[in-house]
Amino acid sequence: MMAGRVLVAIAVLAAAAALFVAAEAQQAPAQQGHQTERISGSAGDVLDDDPVGRLKVFIYDLPGKYNKKLLKKDPRCLNHMFAAEIFMHRFLLSSAVRTTNPEEADWFYTPVYPTCDLTPSGLPLPFKSPRMMRSAIELIATKWPYWNRSEGADHFFVTPHDFGACFHYQEEKAIGRGILPLLQRATLVQTFGQKNHVCLKEGSITIPPFAPPQKMQNHLIPGETPRSIFVYFRGLFYDTGNDPEGGYYARGARASVWENFKNNPLFDISTDHPPTYYEDMQRSVFCLCPLGWAPWSPRLVEAVVFGCIPVIIADDIVLPFADAIPWEEIGVFVPEEDVPRLDSILTSIPTEDILRKQRLLANPSMKQAMLFPQPAQAGDAFHQILNGLARKLPHGEDVFLKPGQVRLNWTAGPVGDLKPW
Amino acid sequence: MMKQLLPQSQLRRSAAASAARSSVSGVEGAGGPDGVGAGAGAGGRTASSSTFWFLLHALCCLISLFLGFRFSRLLFFLLFSSSALYAATSNNKSAVLRAITTTTTTTTTTTTTTNTFTLSFAAAGNPPPSNPDNLTAAALEEAAGSTQSHVVVGRHGIRIRPWPHPDPVEVMRAHRIMERVQEEQRRWYGVREPRQVLVVTPTYSRAFQALHLTGLLHSLRNVPYPLTWIVVEAGGVTNATASMLARSSLTFVHVPFPEKMPLEWADRHATENRMRLHALRVIRERKMDGVVVFADDSNVHSMELFDEVQKVQWMAAVSVGILAHTGTAEQPRLTEEDKKNMPLPVQGPACNSSGHLAGWHTFNTLPFSGKTATVVGEAAPVLPKGLEWAGFVMNSRMLWKEAEGKPDWVKDLDAVGENGEEIENPLTLLNDASYVEPLGNCGKKVLLWWLRVEARADSKFPQGWVIEPPLEVVVPAKRTPWPETTMDVSSEMLDAKQEQEDRQLPRTTTASCWGYVF
Repeated sequence: MMAGRVLVAIAVLAAAAALFVAAEAQQAPAQQGHQTERISGSAGDVLDDDPVGRLKVFIYDLPGKYNKKLLKKDPRCLNHMFAAEIFMHRFLLSSAVRTTNPEEADWFYTPVYPTCDLTPSGLPLPFKSPRMMRSAIELIATKWPYWNRSEGADHFFVTPHDFGACFHYQEEKAIGRGILPLLQRATLVQTFGQKNHVCLKEGSITIPPFAPPQKMQNHLIPGETPRSIFVYFRGLFYDTGNDPEGGYYARGARASVWENFKNNPLFDISTDHPPTYYEDMQRSVFCLCPLGWAPWSPRLVEAVVFGCIPVIIADDIVLPFADAIPWEEIGVFVPEEDVPRLDSILTSIPTEDILRKQRLLANPSMKQAMLFPQPAQAGDAFHQILNGLARKLPHGEDVFLKPGQVRLNWTAGPVGDLKPW
Repeated sequence: MMKQLLPQSQLRRSAAASAARSSVSGVEGAGGPDGVGAGAGAGGRTASSSTFWFLLHALCCLISLFLGFRFSRLLFFLLFSSSALYAATSNNKSAVLRAITTTTTTTTTTTTTTNTFTLSFAAAGNPPPSNPDNLTAAALEEAAGSTQSHVVVGRHGIRIRPWPHPDPVEVMRAHRIMERVQEEQRRWYGVREPRQVLVVTPTYSRAFQALHLTGLLHSLRNVPYPLTWIVVEAGGVTNATASMLARSSLTFVHVPFPEKMPLEWADRHATENRMRLHALRVIRERKMDGVVVFADDSNVHSMELFDEVQKVQWMAAVSVGILAHTGTAEQPRLTEEDKKNMPLPVQGPACNSSGHLAGWHTFNTLPFSGKTATVVGEAAPVLPKGLEWAGFVMNSRMLWKEAEGKPDWVKDLDAVGENGEEIENPLTLLNDASYVEPLGNCGKKVLLWWLRVEARADSKFPQGWVIEPPLEVVVPAKRTPWPETTMDVSSEMLDAKQEQEDRQLPRTTTASCWGYVF
């Protein structure tokens, strides 16, 4: 009798759940109206999740030489493309997920700005970064017990550099160095993402590159301006300074785009950077996002913000928040070997798919997730990072080491890295 | 060309001759600036092997001659590059092959920009050398059979297809995609449900008709909404008008009007009003649905007008710029005071501070008093009489006998003009004029311009603007040697001939063709 009642209860619950799911599905197309469509990624509808209450982050109090003093010495660090490491620190300092009690923290954050070492022309140098990072980790390992109990497995670091925690801008050298040995167990929050690559660790969170949100806001044009450019791209095709013979830069993909499509009226591509760059993107249907020296580029962020369908030409790239955003439904992926057929590929996409992609791009939560606004707003990239960290909780079995167990090798890596900073 | 072919063939030969590894070692052993050959030749050699090494050395010298530093760098790369550079050591072989291959490719690319020659070292046999579509990556992947990432750091070939020109079919497809995207954009940001536009135009056949109708026709073709053009022609349907309408590729209704257009402007205004009313009756009879816009053929309309009129509920007014064209050099004598107080040449709705219709702003005709044209084609300013119809738009349902929600402040169309009274302006169609909606940001934006320019009523113009019989010569072409004259005709003879012809011309010249139209 009890079993029968339990069975009936389960059946009723199942029916209710089925009805609810059906209602949701029915509601979904009509809900956002004619303009936008809901983004449902592989992890469900997670862009709107609120991380507050789902995790707690403790921020180590490092001396100014790791962060404040560097910024004071060169405030240009706030404007270059790795500025996310600074803005993340500022966001966390005033965020609701911050806790001052390390005992209840789920994640530990180390505020160090490894690339705030700029050349006179403003390019970040990575040469001192490994030493700086190592020095910071040594400090937290000696001053607090939390590093040693997990050897960094419940710590996260923001490394938005060309090749992440490999700390070099040249791919071969970066691969040669590999990820800094001390960060082997930590979670890395980085812009670089490429499958089966040394510099992308399992469990990393990929984030979009920093693009100034205010600048993009200032260049918005009315939505009814017809999209009359088919394919748009502005940037280098050959890097004659660093790769005079060609074929090395972008694995020859950008050069291939130029050689095949420079005479094609549908392709508005050139190296000339006009002042109407953002406006032109809003008048285009497709925006090319080919790889450069690294697979990621701020063009992806710009394309999403301006509603231009991104055409991603970078084999095996891992895009930002890939577990929350269904990039295959939003963008077009073209393998590098298919670049000569790019026009055929793009013109043979069914019109309905193109309209659907535009509706997905028009979704404001999609645009918000790509940006780092100051001050932070709900649903922006900062919150998506926290969501990503929250999804990794609760920590697994092997996060906390048993007493006496040591996993990291503190003397691994090039000799130059071991020098104190 | 030689430069490309030689290294290719040499490399192919050297590679195909032995397995990849031994070819590498052979190359390294024999030549290169590193002098590794010394090591290879350390052991005791037979005569044949020494000649072999000598030949190989010579070969490599030749290669270095052509490739220069690139060759030495290639060897350096092969010798001293660590396997850490590649995703898996098993890929070394394929990667090395790729390296050789891609170096060649790049050379080709820099010298000639049309084709890339890629060599693929497949497991068996020698595939054709210059097959641009046969890309290395795919072939090598099959050969190596790796499941690792095929993305490799290093120099890659620049893939160029053999015919890098656009395919017209694809270009058309792209344009269709863009049209669809733009249609969707209009649906999102523009008007929710675009209504049909019913354009009412009174016209008649005269010299300036082609000028006016062509302009109006082009404006209407650019209107992004479904449109029906109701053309009422005074004096019945003529071929000239009909052919113009047929060529316009617009949906039109050509309505004949029995009266002929009178010569005096005052009468013409009245006749036009009657023609418009006739058109409204046609709309009512056929129960045409949409927004009625009065577009006189000599007026000029902006595209924003058609976007704005979509907002009309029942009846609306827009601002019209009145261009009183003087036609002569004589300007009306204005005093300084007049000039200061000169009101704007605009007819339109005037609003109060809360945005509701408060009254009308009409064109001030005082400065022109006494000097306006009375006859069509007279060189004097033509002024509007009262409120022009062009400044009003209405919902066609207002004209129907029965329409849902038709307001009571609208007179029934049959009741209008039945007693023979003149219809001055559209406000006579209403019982209460205060319900008219002001459009165009409460009349702030001038959306169309009113102008009356006509030629004299008796102006001659070619029927249908087709010239029959062909034009006669008025002014002969300058003296040029005609193609028929042979070389041995001397120049004096030519001059004499020319003078003869000149003397003959004045007799054959007829009255000049100017004075046709003015």
